[in-house]
Amino acid sequence: MFSTLSRRLGAATLGVAATVLMIPADTGAADFSGKTIEFTVPFGPAGGSDVWARFFAPLIAEQLPGKPTIVVKNVPGGGSITGTNQFVQRAKPDGLSILGTSGSTQFPFLLDDPRVRYNYMDLIPIMLSPTGGAVYVNPSLGAKDARDIGKLKGKEMKYGSQGPTSLDLVPVLAAEILGLDVKPVFGMTRGEGRLAYERGEALYDYQTTSAYISNVVPLIKAGKAVPLFSWGVLNDKGEFVRDPSFPDLPHFAEAYEMAYGKPPSGIAYNAFKSFVVAGFAAQKPLFLPKGTSKEIVDTYVAAITRVVSAPDFKKRAGDEIGEYTQAVGPAAEKMMTVALSVDPEAKAWVKNWLVTKFNAKLGGN
Amino acid sequence: MLEPIGSALVTLLSGWHLLHMMIGVLVGMLVGVLPGLGSIAGMSLLLPFIYGMDPVSALAMLIGMLAVVPTGDTFTSILMGIPGSAASQATILDGFPMAKRGEAARALSAAFFSSMIGGVIGAAVLTVFVVVARPIILLFSSAELFMLTVLGLSMVGVLAGSSMLKGLLACGLGLLLGSVGAAPATGEWRMVMGIDYLVDAIPLAVMALGIFAIPEIVDLLRRNTAISETVELGRGWLRGIRDTIENRGIVLRCSGIGCVIGAMPGLGGSVADWLAYGHVVQLAKDKSQFGKGDVRGVLAPESANNSVAGGALIPTILFGIPGSGSTAIFLGGLILLGIQPGITMVETKLNLVYTIIWTLALANVVGAGLCFALSPAVARLTTIPYAYVAPFMLMVIFFAAYQATSHWGDILTLLAIGVVGIYMRRFGWPRPPLLIGFVLARGAETYLYQAVQFHGWTWILRPGVLILATITALSVWVGLRYGKSDIDEGGSSGAVRDRRPQLAFASAVLVASAYAVWDSVTQSYLARIFPLTVSVAVLLGVIGLLAVLLRRKQSRAVFDTETEPVAGRKSSEHYLLWMAGFLAASALFGFLIGLAAFFVVFLHVKARASIGRNTILTGSALLFLIAMSHVFTLDFPGGLLQATVDMPWPFR
Repeated sequence: MFSTLSRRLGAATLGVAATVLMIPADTGAADFSGKTIEFTVPFGPAGGSDVWARFFAPLIAEQLPGKPTIVVKNVPGGGSITGTNQFVQRAKPDGLSILGTSGSTQFPFLLDDPRVRYNYMDLIPIMLSPTGGAVYVNPSLGAKDARDIGKLKGKEMKYGSQGPTSLDLVPVLAAEILGLDVKPVFGMTRGEGRLAYERGEALYDYQTTSAYISNVVPLIKAGKAVPLFSWGVLNDKGEFVRDPSFPDLPHFAEAYEMAYGKPPSGIAYNAFKSFVVAGFAAQKPLFLPKGTSKEIVDTYVAAITRVVSAPDFKKRAGDEIGEYTQAVGPAAEKMMTVALSVDPEAKAWVKNWLVTKFNAKLGGN
Repeated sequence: MLEPIGSALVTLLSGWHLLHMMIGVLVGMLVGVLPGLGSIAGMSLLLPFIYGMDPVSALAMLIGMLAVVPTGDTFTSILMGIPGSAASQATILDGFPMAKRGEAARALSAAFFSSMIGGVIGAAVLTVFVVVARPIILLFSSAELFMLTVLGLSMVGVLAGSSMLKGLLACGLGLLLGSVGAAPATGEWRMVMGIDYLVDAIPLAVMALGIFAIPEIVDLLRRNTAISETVELGRGWLRGIRDTIENRGIVLRCSGIGCVIGAMPGLGGSVADWLAYGHVVQLAKDKSQFGKGDVRGVLAPESANNSVAGGALIPTILFGIPGSGSTAIFLGGLILLGIQPGITMVETKLNLVYTIIWTLALANVVGAGLCFALSPAVARLTTIPYAYVAPFMLMVIFFAAYQATSHWGDILTLLAIGVVGIYMRRFGWPRPPLLIGFVLARGAETYLYQAVQFHGWTWILRPGVLILATITALSVWVGLRYGKSDIDEGGSSGAVRDRRPQLAFASAVLVASAYAVWDSVTQSYLARIFPLTVSVAVLLGVIGLLAVLLRRKQSRAVFDTETEPVAGRKSSEHYLLWMAGFLAASALFGFLIGLAAFFVVFLHVKARASIGRNTILTGSALLFLIAMSHVFTLDFPGGLLQATVDMPWPFR
């Protein structure tokens, strides 16, 4: 009996010892005094992601313990694949390397682009900046709002797109579900696409929220554009609701119902939902590398929470951030999981659709 | 309209705004003078200060920086033959020969004075057009933009040099090199030979440095003198200003060209200097001195590249679409200040718009003045024996090229393009057409494809297209009528006895074009049509050239600058090996250590520098690089050593 007890005691002692050993030596929050943090942006300077990173870098730096310097490092190439690959290969999990990607980084990953050597599941999301977007068409087509979408059927509409597998895939998917004949002309930036629309060459277009507010709303007021729908945003229950930036505009599913009397369904719509979430709701995630210790993650999450809850944050952020709520910590993680879990059947459908419709194979050849 | 113009000036001249503009101007000078750095580096230096600044001061600082970059980058173009940035490539053609002739002072003052005028004209155009330009810009659809690229390509006719066939072939090669990478229409990979680096296309900076700077450095090393053939710098300062005033017609016209090209979103400022240069050569009665140091060849691109900024701000402000690389940066800055560019900005913040314009004009004047003040000291560099200058130049161009995408591919491509440049120069293949083809390749293909997609083939009948086609036809006709220039930048050909070297080079072009044909055939229709057309044309042209080279001894096409060995002069290949050694050392031990070793050995062997001088020069070069990398947070190319051992900064 004694020996059993002693054995049990011994086991318990070992257990306690093991628990004690498992607690990291440094229990306080991470300290970054005098350190320089490298913020990798896999895009060139002055683009949307770069501006986003440069906006957040000093704010986060100020809230991190020890007030480190955060420098933005642009690693453009391969539509953001190059820089992300490089980060995943090289970044050490010491909290001194962070990565900010975008929907354009998510799509190639979701579509199994062979150039992708990163696994998004390994990265630790600490913040997520959503954005939205809205589709509008030329008034000459005869539609006044979403109810008239049926009137657009059978009319060929050109649309300036960055490329078949870019973020601009979403509006083409939307058109596919609505049964509209939208013909993308590839190789145009969002701005060039809008210019083609203003020239009357393109009849169908969309813009992300900030560009929509500053450049499309004046067109609508001048009677040169008819807004149809926004992508919508996900609420806490994971349902699509109206985008707070466009409270008067129906979201896609709503618009479909207004036009055809029933909600959208089917495999194409499943795919559409996944890509809207990955491309817009989860558009700009901020990551720490795989294997970063919990205390560093927590330190970052606390700092970013202070940044986004500062009373003047929304004012400072301006139109770029808009009405959207920044997801921080667990919320970001949850959203990222939703964004990355595309139903395999829907994924296969999109890949096949891209090949048959646009002869677009991923990764060049 | 007049009220906001006046009140914007008052705002700008009051308080700290002018001081902030000066800070911007100084940063712009710094990044402009250093090759490879440009407005992007300047922006990253200024951004941290912009937070919390009032918008007027912040804009003054940003515009002050952007305005003077194309003025400052003229130094290296004229004095060293190294393109300071993409905007001053054409300046090299006549500016550098002037510096060699001992006329650096005259060339610089002409360049700065015409830059200033171009910049002010750009600001004036912006003042008027920012309110009314919207419908005008909307007139230019992809079809008209395609015709503008055709107009650009037609300049090859006057820049072809002594052999039109070689000029056209060079242009074709440029178009092919510009098509390497993901196809604009389909994203298919073209001519990448399995190299990931090439998927994103060859960066323009790498191309320009390789094609112009490396052959120049090698040539000067072989001569082993100073850049300037005379010790006197010349007192040409006033002469340069007089040149500008005498040729005011050229300066005005080229400023106009700059504004128009700048205002076209997507065409980019690097086209403007070539168009302006070609235009001036076309209309000149006496073309004999172009390429050998004609001051008009400096005035044209310099007035154009500064007026581009004014033009490029029009679509930036009106549509929120950048008209050039540097306005893309400015756009980012505006958004960071919480200002969304677009028509709403003109309607609600006109005061701010005019602050931008005033700053642009003022910064151009201040920047030009600053350059004048700096010139005498900087121009002295041309009198130093080149063996001392060369290692610094090599350091700068390789480091600059690496900033294009921070990839070892940048460095290797630079060397490869440099080799092509050296042989083009030696065998009388003109290099400007190659660069024109390269700069315009992507635009020509993309816009043609988009025009056909939007309009079918009826795009040809659009009024704008017809007008531009007429202008192009006229420009070609005028060019032919006045006869073409004789731009032979590589010296003259001796009596060629051995034609084998140039046959070998032409054969290499044959193989390259055959590869391009083969590669295009494997692509889908939309990705194939452009490179296939060009590569078949190049293939046929080079077969024609080979036939001429094989059969005839006396022809303008037979050309070789290396006919007689000169005593004590090493071959180009000898110096290429030096560069290869430097790169090999960098690949093993990283750029800094490789560079240190290269400096020490090169200065010892080639410049016969004393140990003390050697140490000082090597040390200052390293310090300079480390300071740059620290200030601008730039990386060095790493080597095997860095890949295996975690080295401390700055050797990381």
